[in-house]
Amino acid sequence: MIQILKLAFRNLGRNRRRSFFSALAMGVALALLLLMASTIQGEMNDAIELAIRLQSGHLQVRTATYDEAKTSLKWEDLIENPGQVAAQIEAIGPVAVATPRLYASGFVTTREESAGVRVVGIDPLSDANAPYRDGMQEGSFLTPDDREGLLIGRALANRLELSTGDVVNLSVNTSGGEVDEQAFTVRGIYSTGSSGYDGLTVFLPLAKAQALTGADQRASAVFVMLEDTAETDAVIAALQAPGYQVLTWRDLNELLVQTEQLSASYMVFFYLIVLGIAATVIVNTQIMSVYERTREIGILSAIGMRGRQLMVIFLTESALLAVGGILLGLLIGGVVVAYLSRYGIPLAIEQFGITGMLFRDRIYTLLTVRDTVNLTLMSFVVTLLAGLYPAVLASRMEPVAALRAEK
Amino acid sequence: MEVAKVENVTRVYAVGKVETHALRGVNLTIESGEFTALVGPSGSGKTTLLQLLGCLDRPTSGRVYISGKDVSQLNRDQRADMRRGTIGFIFQFFALIPTLTAYENIEMPLLLNGHTAGERHARITELLEAVGLGDRGASRPDQLSGGQQQRVAIARALASKPSLILADEPTANLDTPNGQQVMETMTRLNKETGVTFVFATHDPRVIGYARRVVTLRDGLVAEDKTVGKKP
Repeated sequence: MIQILKLAFRNLGRNRRRSFFSALAMGVALALLLLMASTIQGEMNDAIELAIRLQSGHLQVRTATYDEAKTSLKWEDLIENPGQVAAQIEAIGPVAVATPRLYASGFVTTREESAGVRVVGIDPLSDANAPYRDGMQEGSFLTPDDREGLLIGRALANRLELSTGDVVNLSVNTSGGEVDEQAFTVRGIYSTGSSGYDGLTVFLPLAKAQALTGADQRASAVFVMLEDTAETDAVIAALQAPGYQVLTWRDLNELLVQTEQLSASYMVFFYLIVLGIAATVIVNTQIMSVYERTREIGILSAIGMRGRQLMVIFLTESALLAVGGILLGLLIGGVVVAYLSRYGIPLAIEQFGITGMLFRDRIYTLLTVRDTVNLTLMSFVVTLLAGLYPAVLASRMEPVAALRAEK
Repeated sequence: MEVAKVENVTRVYAVGKVETHALRGVNLTIESGEFTALVGPSGSGKTTLLQLLGCLDRPTSGRVYISGKDVSQLNRDQRADMRRGTIGFIFQFFALIPTLTAYENIEMPLLLNGHTAGERHARITELLEAVGLGDRGASRPDQLSGGQQQRVAIARALASKPSLILADEPTANLDTPNGQQVMETMTRLNKETGVTFVFATHDPRVIGYARRVVTLRDGLVAEDKTVGKKP
């Protein structure tokens, strides 16, 4: 085997430039795959994490009749004594924080423009608000007793040309099915890193939101964050109670979860297309090599080498090309992925009009060991498969015909 | 002892609808230790007969026996096995693997026959000395003259101690001194080791080394003449 390796290695060395570029083709393909996989992984991880932190929490407890699509504010759809419910939930071990939230739809109007928004009533003191509090770009965060202030996101502020201290009119749907309107002062502007979220979400103190919408002391949901996402399923059982529904982050981000599952399967086709293109380079190189070395194949055959042994030589050459390509691919891909995991890829996702999913404004690549191993193995196998046809071609040559070939 | 034998062998090549009869019913027996020349004009069937004797090809009809075994209908791999242990080849072109050194070229048949590293080294050293290239084992073919390359090919042909060595115009691409040196090496090895040599040539100087001359004409044996004694 060592002799075959030596022979194969030297054969590749005969035309170093060609061998290098063949390996490079596979290397670039692998680098591209690593980049694609890490981009998807990074994006999906970020999107899920973002959706959990900003929008859904790990769990939400709602009344059994609450319909999120309608952003219902009817009293029978809302949770009574939400503070008490939240306190009970917070007492459960794996729960990090539980806080009531009230959701309403509305629109913000300035003198020149207006924009549809989602109004979220929050307990300003809750730790669940950390993503907004930490993302404050100007002004100050809300206080529980603020009756005239609201928080808006950077994207909305830019669109409506608002800054801290400006006064806007906020119109919201109420429990009675009417629309109520009130002037508010912009207390501060936050940025979560997701323009899609920041352009749509306006925060009010819970008490003010309850008063404005006529929800009285009620809330749409108790928003629950856990110490660890993996605990989600374990906590569900503890939260079951008659008249309530418990929704997990998977239920609340169904589109995102489905997209992640789908992406894993359709990406395989992209991988195979990219590898297929690289494989044609390997096939081409090896077929050229077989024809250039036809007489040598005849010589080896004449001294007693069997077809299978000839095949092994050519397959070994393909394997060496694959190893070279993989090393180049890991190097190129590793550098690019490492760079993008630090600095990210700018993403104007708002312009893509994706609704129902949150994306950060930059994609940070995330390369998992599993993806790296899978793609490396896939590249190796595809290269070997690509080398199979030339190897079979060599192994089936009749020695007499091969020996007659021009050098 | 009979090393090779062909009985009523024909070989027809078909190119499109045109058939070429390279051999038309050849009978020939090669005995152990012979140093035989196959002579004849171009197209007389010398190379075709060598290819059949060397199990590189199969006859259209008739039988080919190597060491008493009928090899006429063996498949590709069976013929490869037969060649590996029994037959050595020397070609008109210097048929060495260019990426391997002289030493490694000679080593190849030994590797295929499963010899140990120690056995291989001893045999290669012995053969390099025998062909007068004891100091050139590390040289690649492109670092050797044509004559030296052909001597390496002789050493490789002898490596597995075959009973029959077939040479197709072994001096055709060599100048006279190198051609002489190659023929003298072959003659000496035939005498020293008793290995049977059959070579095709139309060079009168080379024919002069043969002890048996088989003349082919139009795919048939026209003359079979013994001109010297077995060593």
